[in-house]
Amino acid sequence: MKKKWLSIPYALWALIFSIAPLVIIAVYSFCSRSPYGKIIYKFTFEHYRKFMEPIYLNVLWRSLLLAMISTVVCLLVGYPMAMIISKASLKKRNILMMLFVLPLWTNFLLRTYAWMVLLRDQGPINQLLLSLGIIDEPLKLLYNTGAVTLGMVYNFIPFMVLPVYSVLAKMDECLIEAAKDLGATSTQVFLKITLPLSMPGVVSGIIMVFMPAVSTFVISDLLGGGQTILLGNLIQNQFLVARNWQFGSAISMIMMVLIVIAMTISSKYKSEDGGGLW
Amino acid sequence: MNDYIVELKNISKIFGDKAVLCDIDLSIKQKEFVTLLGPSGCGKTTTLRIIGGFEHATTGDVYFEGKKVNDIPPFKRQINTVFQKYALFPHLNVFENIAFGLKIKKIDKDVIQEKVKEMLRLVNLQGFENRKIDSLSGGQQQRIAIARALVNEPKVLLLDEPLGALDLKLRKGMQIELKKIQQRVGITFIYVTHDQEEALTMSDRVIVMSEGEIQQIGKPEDIYNEPVNRFVADFIGEGNILDGCMLEDFSVKIQEKVLPCVDKGFEKNEMVEVLVRPEDIEIVRENDGMMKGIVISVIFKGVHYEMEVKDELGFHWMIHSIHMSKKGQQVGLVIVPDAIHIMKKGA
Repeated sequence: MKKKWLSIPYALWALIFSIAPLVIIAVYSFCSRSPYGKIIYKFTFEHYRKFMEPIYLNVLWRSLLLAMISTVVCLLVGYPMAMIISKASLKKRNILMMLFVLPLWTNFLLRTYAWMVLLRDQGPINQLLLSLGIIDEPLKLLYNTGAVTLGMVYNFIPFMVLPVYSVLAKMDECLIEAAKDLGATSTQVFLKITLPLSMPGVVSGIIMVFMPAVSTFVISDLLGGGQTILLGNLIQNQFLVARNWQFGSAISMIMMVLIVIAMTISSKYKSEDGGGLW
Repeated sequence: MNDYIVELKNISKIFGDKAVLCDIDLSIKQKEFVTLLGPSGCGKTTTLRIIGGFEHATTGDVYFEGKKVNDIPPFKRQINTVFQKYALFPHLNVFENIAFGLKIKKIDKDVIQEKVKEMLRLVNLQGFENRKIDSLSGGQQQRIAIARALVNEPKVLLLDEPLGALDLKLRKGMQIELKKIQQRVGITFIYVTHDQEEALTMSDRVIVMSEGEIQQIGKPEDIYNEPVNRFVADFIGEGNILDGCMLEDFSVKIQEKVLPCVDKGFEKNEMVEVLVRPEDIEIVRENDGMMKGIVISVIFKGVHYEMEVKDELGFHWMIHSIHMSKKGQQVGLVIVPDAIHIMKKGA
């Protein structure tokens, strides 16, 4: 308790750059708008009501759907990967982890641009398929929902692998031996022991993938080519293009509420089950 | 057919380039309580894991009820294990832990209920069904681990230092309880420990191991009273081990004194090793003993005093006695023939 003052720098930081902006956004979202976009401090629900129009709800639905699909793909690909890494020998484990984390050190934008190069009509993938004679004309790989999902999975999969791996690596090997000793086959061991015990990691992974996926706008911008409008793009548009900060703030608030709900559900789930990353 | 339930024949195990077990031959009878005893790294746990099927022997065969089981995986063996750290499943409650093996065998729910209840009664934890594992004490977890293994009605129960994490008092209580449980369920227990007292207390037979080899197999009394070599003598209990020379049957020379003993069958003048347990030496007045010495340390141990006496040739005798001698006192030592145990050199 004596060291309380040590937290002051961080508290200040959080206050200025997290809490204050949050409050400002919350206030803006209830403010009226002048015809030229000026903030008028007069209470209104107008922006939230506007969001309930089908066109915006559609965006919300698409965002949720794409985020869910990428999360599921990340889980299906990431879990076995995490398992393989956690079972590998210490030396191999470090190399595998390194390979996994390495892309994170390059800039996020660069990685996404790289995918644009790979996927475009004259890109290496189409070139290869054409030269092999598998296809006659280039496939439309870029600027569609598939490309956006691919980008999300690619960018967010480390956030699934890391928490699952950390739980699996900590798991006591003798629990698995005990289950085998009691007559469980490898499949039964996985379903009854490994999977339930790794749930805290899985839940963390789901949140850590789902949250950035639901709010991303760069990936959908670059790989979706403006064809796939997500919540993130909508907010970005409202602030930078439409100059409707009030509506942008309202959408931000809605997204924040969604994220808080998701976190509460998952943290509840974890506290019942004991342990977890947070 | 023989009545051995588990047999190991010429088992060797090599990890990397290190031989952990060499040429282990072992036969374990039905309903026997057998203990593998040895210091850490002697290969006792590896032996147990080979019996359980968690480890493959590099060479040699494992037989279960006369059938070779080298390649049978653990889940198909009628053997269950109590692990060192209990290995209870933290996400399941007590009932689910004990029922785990039965559920896998798809046994009827009512039967499972009944059997789990019976097991909890056996380990004295009635009514603990819905408790969480992390709400149990070490001793209780230990009992659940035993119940979880026994509920499957194995023919052999393997126990890997199951009492290692408990405090002394609890450990002693559990030793007696384990022995009782074994007698009640009437199956073979194969127990691994480095605690010689534990081994002597519970076992029908003790297998003393060192550096991957079996040193001696025998009843606890035999192991204690008739150790075959210096290692066993030293590891089991405490003892004074000296070089000696067998002059003839029933006569041994140690510390330049000729003492009568009860051993025979050695060559004339054969060099031997001699074991005298500290509690078998009597301290008498200086001139009444077979040897003279001076008390150089006295430690109170509760039941007895542990004294060190230096004899005229400089050997330090360790002596346990309920009578205290003063430090610095000149004393005589008496060793009766029965107390002298002769071991072949290099055995």
